Amino acid sequence: MPRRPEGPPPPPVVARVRVRFAKRGRLRFLSHRDVARTFERALRRADVPMAYSAGFSPHPRISWLGAAPTGAASEAEYVELALADHRQPRALGEVLDAALPAGLDVVACAPATATPLAELVDASHWWIRLPGVAPTALAAAVEALLARDLVEVERVTKDGHRRFDARQAVVLMVCRAENDTCAILDTVVRHTTPAVRPDDMLTALCVVAGLRPSVPPEPLRLGQGRLLADGTVADPLMPDRDDAERLVGRIDA
Amino acid sequence: MSGQSLFPRLEPLLPRVRKPVRYLGGEGNSQVKPWDDALVRWCLMYPDAYEVGLPNQGVQILYEILNEQPDVLAERTYSVWSDLEELLREHGIPQFTVDAHRAVGDFDLLGVSFATELGYTNLLTALDLAGIPLYATDRDERHPIVIAGGHAAFNPEPITAFVDAVVLGDGEQAVLEITDVVRAFKTAARPGGRTELLMRLARRGLVYVPSFYDVDYRPDGRIRAVTPNRPGVPARPAKHTVSNLDAWPYPKAPLVPLAETVHERMSVEIFRGCTRGCRFCQAGMITRPVRERSIDTIGEMVAQGLAASGFTEVGLLSLSSADHTEIGEIAKGLADRYEGTHTSLSLPSTRVDAFNVTLANEFSRNGRRSGLTFAPEGGSERLRRVINKMVSEEDLIRTVSTAYAQGWRQVKLYFMCGLPTETDEDVLAIAGLAREVIRAGRRASGHRDIRCTVSIGGFVPKAHTPFQWAAQASHEVTDARLRLLRDAIRGDREVGRAIGFRYHDGRPGMIEGLLARGDRRVGAVIERVWRDGGRFDGWSEHFSFERWEKACVEVLEPLGVSLDWFTTRERDEREVLPWDHLDSGLDRDWLWSDWQEALRGAELDDCRWTPCYDCGVCPTMGTQTQIGPTGRILLPLVSTGPSRPGGSSGPSGSGSPGRSADAAAS
Ligand code: SF4
Repeated sequence: MPRRPEGPPPPPVVARVRVRFAKRGRLRFLSHRDVARTFERALRRADVPMAYSAGFSPHPRISWLGAAPTGAASEAEYVELALADHRQPRALGEVLDAALPAGLDVVACAPATATPLAELVDASHWWIRLPGVAPTALAAAVEALLARDLVEVERVTKDGHRRFDARQAVVLMVCRAENDTCAILDTVVRHTTPAVRPDDMLTALCVVAGLRPSVPPEPLRLGQGRLLADGTVADPLMPDRDDAERLVGRIDA
Repeated sequence: MSGQSLFPRLEPLLPRVRKPVRYLGGEGNSQVKPWDDALVRWCLMYPDAYEVGLPNQGVQILYEILNEQPDVLAERTYSVWSDLEELLREHGIPQFTVDAHRAVGDFDLLGVSFATELGYTNLLTALDLAGIPLYATDRDERHPIVIAGGHAAFNPEPITAFVDAVVLGDGEQAVLEITDVVRAFKTAARPGGRTELLMRLARRGLVYVPSFYDVDYRPDGRIRAVTPNRPGVPARPAKHTVSNLDAWPYPKAPLVPLAETVHERMSVEIFRGCTRGCRFCQAGMITRPVRERSIDTIGEMVAQGLAASGFTEVGLLSLSSADHTEIGEIAKGLADRYEGTHTSLSLPSTRVDAFNVTLANEFSRNGRRSGLTFAPEGGSERLRRVINKMVSEEDLIRTVSTAYAQGWRQVKLYFMCGLPTETDEDVLAIAGLAREVIRAGRRASGHRDIRCTVSIGGFVPKAHTPFQWAAQASHEVTDARLRLLRDAIRGDREVGRAIGFRYHDGRPGMIEGLLARGDRRVGAVIERVWRDGGRFDGWSEHFSFERWEKACVEVLEPLGVSLDWFTTRERDEREVLPWDHLDSGLDRDWLWSDWQEALRGAELDDCRWTPCYDCGVCPTMGTQTQIGPTGRILLPLVSTGPSRPGGSSGPSGSGSPGRSADAAAS
């Protein structure tokens, strides 16, 4: 006779909140698993009333959105928490931020809306610092890439090599300059399958123009959300705001 | 300038190595103190990969105790993986701490904790990367004092060339006393230099300073004598014993790593020492007498540690946790307290009795009953008498029947191979035992879906145990016996498929044996192996038996000794053992008579429940067994309510200096 967990079933979910957080500084080297583990422990230290799944090994109900890869910093990571008790999102964000290590920082916290989080996100805005790369070299490489319809790249995965196109996902790609020896790749990429990640974009630039940074690039995700007509992305935690107005502000800045 | 962060130089290398998270630090409850405010600066090292070293309790305890001192700073360092080692060399970056990424060579003291002898080559890597001369004799005022500790340091002779001093026994009080001496020495502008500092430490009986002792050898290779070469140092440096564990409730705020580590839980040591008297067990012999933590302190440490860490699992540690006089009350009290909080409790359960199953049931009230572990250690009843592991086959069958009947699906049994007096039949008896376990399980549970895993390790004789005189079985013998056993299990058509069989290659055990009972001449072997590329010898993908064997031939044979001489040779009563001049409190005559009793197959009771049998520890160390019961129970915790601010729940905070209040404004 199989055993069953004793006691009542876990309390139901009464609220869901969405958290936008940043992965900064040396914590950019955390993998998604490291972030998830650290988050779960911080939720416990902060006494956040999480809802749990049922069964012998209940786990807190946390839904993650595709995470920035190990080594990439981010200002826009998203997670949805299912709560067993009501909490004011702003206050929850504050206690959670205090419990998280410096470098994993809560940026905003808002009640979940009816539209699933995943449907509010289909593109990412990346800002990739390339120390040691001259802006002129990057500009030429970007031009070469944009001139193509298709750029195949290869990625080594657990199951061997995988080839896919990295060009179609690119919505916008601009070369910026920090100074003469440090270029910045400013790009908006649609979320495709497989996701085109910063290292794939750099591979693509290498394929089309032989660009090979001598120093490891420093990718930073500035934002992710719904792709707007002007090529920017809308923060999924602010769906109610007038998009047009917000975009004007962004362009002015 | 000393004490500066190396992180800016390290950071560009991190995308190029495996698991960069190993080198970040930033653990919850870790601390970074200003360099210039500290008078005494300790670097603590666990010489293995970060994920193995971080959970080490010894390092965490000392780290916290030292950092509580206002004018003391303690940071941690671990062995860097070979990919980073190469890059550090290429870029001229020294061994660094994970806390503030400071150069290890900048500290006053480097304390290295050895749980196993297989970390010795990693010590050399760290010293070399740190820019600290490998030999203690080549160091001067600019270099840290290198101190070894941990269980393996009870025979530190193989590494005496590389360390300045050795601490034996419990470190809690010892590190503070050493700190006092260093503080006074630095305040007085270092009179007499390095030697005088070591002299002060040795004179007070705080440490063993190997260079203050000379070793003479006989023509046949055995040791003639180990004698102090200067006045004022103890003839037999002794171990430290903390006598009231309740006064040292560390770690209070466990380190919470960002990386995945080998133990994803917090640990509370519920007692130290063990007097069960298993003759193979060095840990049990060198940590005597038994000193329990009280149920109240344990309850507090669990509550405080969970609040400060956010861990979901608590392990109640000791050498034989079910032996705590109030373990039943502790188990029930904690299970009640944490019911419904998604916190799990675990007990490394190895004692073979039905009570242990009851405890395990308590701890798994709402959890899956997956596996229970028992350690009969020897396959036959005769052999179990030799090693003084008093478990009858009947006990074992009764215990596993209870476990299977109560819903446990898998039982894991630990054994050793290569024990003194062992024959093929003793090892083959393991197959018979496993067969009976499966049969009993099928009877008790009423179904056939029952599993048992047999896990076997090679026995390595250790210093300060009754088996310190024994001949170690060669890896050929061990491997041959294990093959016989494997075939016997696989060939059993009735139960063979229900039994899992796990054993390791016997060769690393030979090297562990060499290092565990070696003398100062073995130091040159370690160095040779390290120069030949030896690293991470505890990892099978790195360990090379051939490399060690070759170094033994080159280094030892010209001296008339060998790998076999140190391992498979039985010693006689009068031979001076390399560690005889180190006082673990155990009376040598008692150890010898217990060795003779072992050969006769005579058992010895536990002095907790029967009269003292004069092992020597209590009178020598001025200590006594401290056990309950206290008669107290754990009351439910009063909820502090949801308004408790999350980040400040730990006693020392969750340490986020530099966190800006405007972190939310991006
Ligand atoms: S001296 Fe006696 S009481 Fe103390 S640990 Fe040894 S046998 Fe036990």
